[in-house]
Amino acid sequence: MLKVKNINTYYGKVHALKNVTIHLAQGEIVALIGANGAGKTTILNTLSGVIPARTGSIQFLGEPVETLPPDRIVKIGISQVPEGRQVFKGMTVADNLELGAYLRFRSREPREQIRQDMRHMYELFPRLEERKKQMAGTLSGGEQQMLAIGRALMARPRLLLLDEPSMGLAPLVVQEIFGVIERLRRDEGTTILLVEQNARAALKMADRGYVLETGKVILEGAAAELLENPEVQRAYLGKEKKEIWER
Amino acid sequence: MEIWDKEHECMPREELEQLQLERLQATLRRAYKNVTCYRNKFNQQGIDPDDIQSLGDISRLPFTTKEDLRLNYPYGMFAVPLREVVRIHSSSGTTGKPTVVGYTKNDIKTWSNLVARFMTAAGVTHDDVVQIAFGYGMFTGAFGLHYGAETIGASVIPMGGGNTEKQIMIMQDYRSTVLVCTPSYAMTIADRMEQLGIDSKGLSLKLGLFGGEPWSEAMRSEIESRLGISATDNYGLSEVIGPGVAGECQHKCGMHIFEDVFLPEIIDPETCQVLPPGSVGELVITTLTKEAFPMIRYRTRDITSLDYTQCSCGRTLVRMKKTMGRSDDMLIIKGVNVFPSQIEEVLVAMEGCEPHYQLVVERKGSVDSLEVRIEVTENIFFDEMKMQRAFVDKAQKKIESVIGVGVAVKLVEPKSIPRFEGKASRVIDNRTI
Repeated sequence: MLKVKNINTYYGKVHALKNVTIHLAQGEIVALIGANGAGKTTILNTLSGVIPARTGSIQFLGEPVETLPPDRIVKIGISQVPEGRQVFKGMTVADNLELGAYLRFRSREPREQIRQDMRHMYELFPRLEERKKQMAGTLSGGEQQMLAIGRALMARPRLLLLDEPSMGLAPLVVQEIFGVIERLRRDEGTTILLVEQNARAALKMADRGYVLETGKVILEGAAAELLENPEVQRAYLGKEKKEIWER
Repeated sequence: MEIWDKEHECMPREELEQLQLERLQATLRRAYKNVTCYRNKFNQQGIDPDDIQSLGDISRLPFTTKEDLRLNYPYGMFAVPLREVVRIHSSSGTTGKPTVVGYTKNDIKTWSNLVARFMTAAGVTHDDVVQIAFGYGMFTGAFGLHYGAETIGASVIPMGGGNTEKQIMIMQDYRSTVLVCTPSYAMTIADRMEQLGIDSKGLSLKLGLFGGEPWSEAMRSEIESRLGISATDNYGLSEVIGPGVAGECQHKCGMHIFEDVFLPEIIDPETCQVLPPGSVGELVITTLTKEAFPMIRYRTRDITSLDYTQCSCGRTLVRMKKTMGRSDDMLIIKGVNVFPSQIEEVLVAMEGCEPHYQLVVERKGSVDSLEVRIEVTENIFFDEMKMQRAFVDKAQKKIESVIGVGVAVKLVEPKSIPRFEGKASRVIDNRTI
C-alpha cells in the first residue's frame, strides 16, 4: 500500500535520510529500529508531510503523495502518533478525541458516524471513557499514549505511524498498548509503521522490520530474522560488542 | 500443486522489484561497511553504495570473481565476525587456495527454506523419504538438500555418496521415495540395478532431484523411464549459497530463480555488458539477504538465458535455462569442478616435465573419466621403465589429491600432442550430455 523510493530528507544542511527505500503491504506491522538519530522519526515525519523529502518518491495506494501537505495526507488515510504523545493537555479527553476527527467534521461527515467512532475508542481504551471529562494533562503517561493513539484513529487512517509508543512507560502499560496495536491490525486491518527504541518488543510484534543507521537502511527482513541477526543483537538488543577477528 | 513460500514465489513483479531494490541497497551498504574487498573495489571505481537508486544501476558496480575469493582466502570476504558464523563450506575446486564461504544462523535458515522451495516445487512433501546420495563434507550439495528436506518435514536418509549397491538396498528396504544426487550418479544407480536384475517398479521411488552438473533433456527422459520417477533439475553454487539459487517446478520448463533473495543478470562474458532479457550469456548473481557472505555481481561463469514469461505453475519468478556451458575452461567431472590450470600447476611443479599435456574426458555409460596425457621429454627417462612407472604414479597421486577426482595418467610420444596457435585447447571433452 505504501512504496517509498530513494527519499532524501534534510534538516537545513543536515542530510537526515539518505536514499531510504521501504514499503508496507496492506495489514502489515513494520518496525523501524535503529539508534538515536538514525532517522526513524524523520521517516515518519517525511511520510506525514511534516518535513517533506527533498528528493525521492512516496506512493500511497498507487498515488504519488510526496508533495502533499500534512492535512491532505491525513485526509488520504495516513495518521501519525507523535513521539511524546503531544496531547492537548488543557482540553478534555473527549475533546482531544474529537479533534482527531477535525477533517471529518470539516468535510461534513454525518455526526453519527463520528460519534460511533468515539464509542469505539472508548471500547478500545476503557480507561479513556472513565476519564473522558478530565483534562488530558491530568492523565498518566500510559493514558496519554492511549489518548494520542485514539486521537489519531479518529481520522480513520489506513496507515498508522506510531512514534515510540512505549517511551517512558511501565512494562505493564507497554504491554497494554502493544496489545491494542495488535488488536487494531487484527480486527480492523490497520497497517502500522512502528518506530521503537525497544527493538526487541517491536520486533516481537512486527511482521517485518528495517534497521536504520545514520539515515540509511542497512537491513530489511522478517522480524523474526532481525531478532536473530547478530548485527541487530549487537547494536540494539544489548548483546556482546563487536570484536575484531583474526584473519 | 504446493508452493512453499507463496508470498515471495508469487509476488507481482512490481512488488518484487521494490523489495529487491530495498534489499540491494541494504546489502551494498553492509558489504561496503564490513568487507574491505568491496570497499576497495567500489572506491577504485569511484562508486558509493548510495549511487545505486534503481535495479538498473547495478550495472555500475564492479564484478566479483573467484579470483577475489582466492585473494581474500580464507575469511576476508566475510561481512560478520567469525564468531557469528555457524557454518563454513568450501567450494569443490581444491587448488592450493580453495574458496571459503560462511553462513550465519539466519543464512542457514534462509538456505534451508530456499531448498524447501524447490523441493516443494518438484513435488516433495513431508510424507516423503529422501535419500541423499551427495557426498557430505565441504560440499554444499548434501547439506543444502538435507536441511531443505528436514524443513519440509520429510524423512531424510543422509546416505552420502558412493557405495551403489548399498544405495539400492536402502532404497528398497527403507522405501525411499525421493533420490537426491547428480544426474550421472542416478544413471549409475540405474545401470547397477539393471545388472542386479532389480526392477524399478519394485521401488517406492517417485521423484529425483538432480543437480551439481549439467545434463540434457535426453538424459532426463532416460533417467525418468529407467527409474520410473519424475526428475527435476536445480541450480546453485557454493559461492552464492549452494543449491537453492534456482529449481524447476513440475512443468520442467526452466529453473525458477528465487529473485527475492538473488538478483540475476546476464552479461556478455567478453565485453561484460549486461544483455537484454532472453539473451544467452553468463549468469551474474547478487545476493540480497545473505548476512555472512554477501556476493555482489558474482560471475558464475555458467552460460544460460533468462525467461521472464509467466510459468503456468503460478510462480512469478524468472526461469533460467539449463546451463549450456561455461565461460571459462572449468570441467565438471563426477560433479566435481576441475580446472585445467590446477593440473598444469601440478605438472609444472613436478621435476622434469615441461607441461605439454592434454586432458581427455570420456563418459562410459554414465561414468565420467579423465585421462591426463603427458608428453615425455628427455628428462623423463623414457628408456627406463621403472622410472617411468614411478613418474606416472607420482603424477597421478598428485593430480588426484589436488583436483579430488580419480584420473588416469598416460605418457605419450614427444610432439604427439598438437600445438595450437595462441589459446591452446588442452581439453578434449568427448562426453555427449
